[in-house]
Amino acid sequence: MKSWWSSIWPPVVAVLFFLIVWQAAVWMFDIEKFILPAPTAIGHEAITGASGLMEHTWATLKLTVIGFAIGTGIGLLLSLALHRVPFLKTALYPLLILSQNVPTIALAPLLMIWFGFGMLPKVIVITLVCFFPVAVAALDGLARTDRTMMNYMQMTGATPWQIFTKLELPHALPSIFSGIRIAATYSVMGAVIGEWIGSDRGIGYYMMLQKSGYRTDRVFVAILVIVLLSLLMVGVITLLEKRLIRWNRKH
Amino acid sequence: MTQRATDSVLNSTGGAAAAPAPALEVRGIRKVFRERRSEVHVLEELSLRVLPGEFVSIIGPSGSGKSTLFHIIGGLIAPDAGQVLMEGREVTGEKGRIAYMPQQPALFPWRTIEDNVLLPEELRGTSKASARAHARAWMERAGLGGFEQAYPHTLSGGMQQRAAFLRALMSPQEVMCLDEPFSALDALTRSDMQRWLLDIWEDTRRSVLMITHHIEEALLLSDSIYILSARPGSVLKRVEAPFTRPRREDLLLDPSFIELKSEISAVLRQEQQKRN
Repeated sequence: MKSWWSSIWPPVVAVLFFLIVWQAAVWMFDIEKFILPAPTAIGHEAITGASGLMEHTWATLKLTVIGFAIGTGIGLLLSLALHRVPFLKTALYPLLILSQNVPTIALAPLLMIWFGFGMLPKVIVITLVCFFPVAVAALDGLARTDRTMMNYMQMTGATPWQIFTKLELPHALPSIFSGIRIAATYSVMGAVIGEWIGSDRGIGYYMMLQKSGYRTDRVFVAILVIVLLSLLMVGVITLLEKRLIRWNRKH
Repeated sequence: MTQRATDSVLNSTGGAAAAPAPALEVRGIRKVFRERRSEVHVLEELSLRVLPGEFVSIIGPSGSGKSTLFHIIGGLIAPDAGQVLMEGREVTGEKGRIAYMPQQPALFPWRTIEDNVLLPEELRGTSKASARAHARAWMERAGLGGFEQAYPHTLSGGMQQRAAFLRALMSPQEVMCLDEPFSALDALTRSDMQRWLLDIWEDTRRSVLMITHHIEEALLLSDSIYILSARPGSVLKRVEAPFTRPRREDLLLDPSFIELKSEISAVLRQEQQKRN
């Protein structure tokens, strides 16, 4: 408990210090509210405007979770396929890496043109940003299977399926989870980008709306919500990881 | 078990002599690793045999292809020439024929010690309950009682090696291949483990083939010892260790033990010098 507290208080103090400097600067230099609202003003807006935000937050969360699930699923399936068939890996792995040079934001308008303004193009955007970290981390984890353990399993006569389920997969699990954790943060970003480009609800939509009205305080509230959503996603994944990986992580 | 018994009966009736077929026999193994344009001759005409219930050691300079030999026996790599036979039947290139204990304990960190020990039975499809009971009994016997639910990283190196040995012992295969089982341990733990292994093995009398660098260890544990040459590895000499069992540690001070030890060490030193 004590060590937990000693690792928590320095960043909390740093954030508080930052907020105080911010607040003081807004007062001292008399900064316009539409340029930079004070933290207290943002806090006030967050409380009074919360009810109107709930619906948007919920829409974004739903979109994020659906996109994340599909993206992670595709990432895992892809990595398993590439791991099982070495030829596929040599053929597709460089393309996979190359594909990440195409910025997803640049693809989003195209997806809107092709698939309209519904859920589908946004889910595709999230899938595109999610599958890559998962696939690469899983492939890496599967490829790093301990040689001695592998020799042991083979000499003892384990079937390929047993080798996969009892050795390769558990061995790769920490690596897979680090990929999934990255995907979790990306998925919120993907959802917001999707909503920016075309939507009638969600936090991204709300941000665009408030931006046109120069309600900077509300834009900040939206950013706060996005941060909280990201933290929520990562938190859930970390909890799941702790449950699934109970042995020492640094083994 | 019955299957194996009938197999060996069939073989011995088909074979020439009435003596039981060796649990493991390696005949004229040759292995060359080719890399680009260079060829490395690792094993040359290597033959050895392990009789049922016999403890056999292989000792040799480093780089004499001992681990490669195990990989061939285990079916991981194919020899360029020669055969591997078990109970008279050719099993060259077949996996799952031996119980194997690697040089590092290589316990699975995500499994408890107990789940590690019962792994080979789990792979064979034995029911979890009976595998667990079997593992518990052995762990108790082997001084690992109370550590059933511990994870490997919480145990000392010696304890991990015990668990790895039990895992090999729980494998239903008759022949156990131990690859330098104690090389990573300090001298004190090592002699402790040798006594422990002697004790367990003399109870079970499995057929064992063990690689070691340690002459004393080989003499203390084995019935016979094969001395390998430097690369390409082949058998320089086969030495019997005719000491009565059960053996005790004071055997180390026995004059005939010391004489055999210096004999083996002379052969090895000569071989080492030939290469330098």
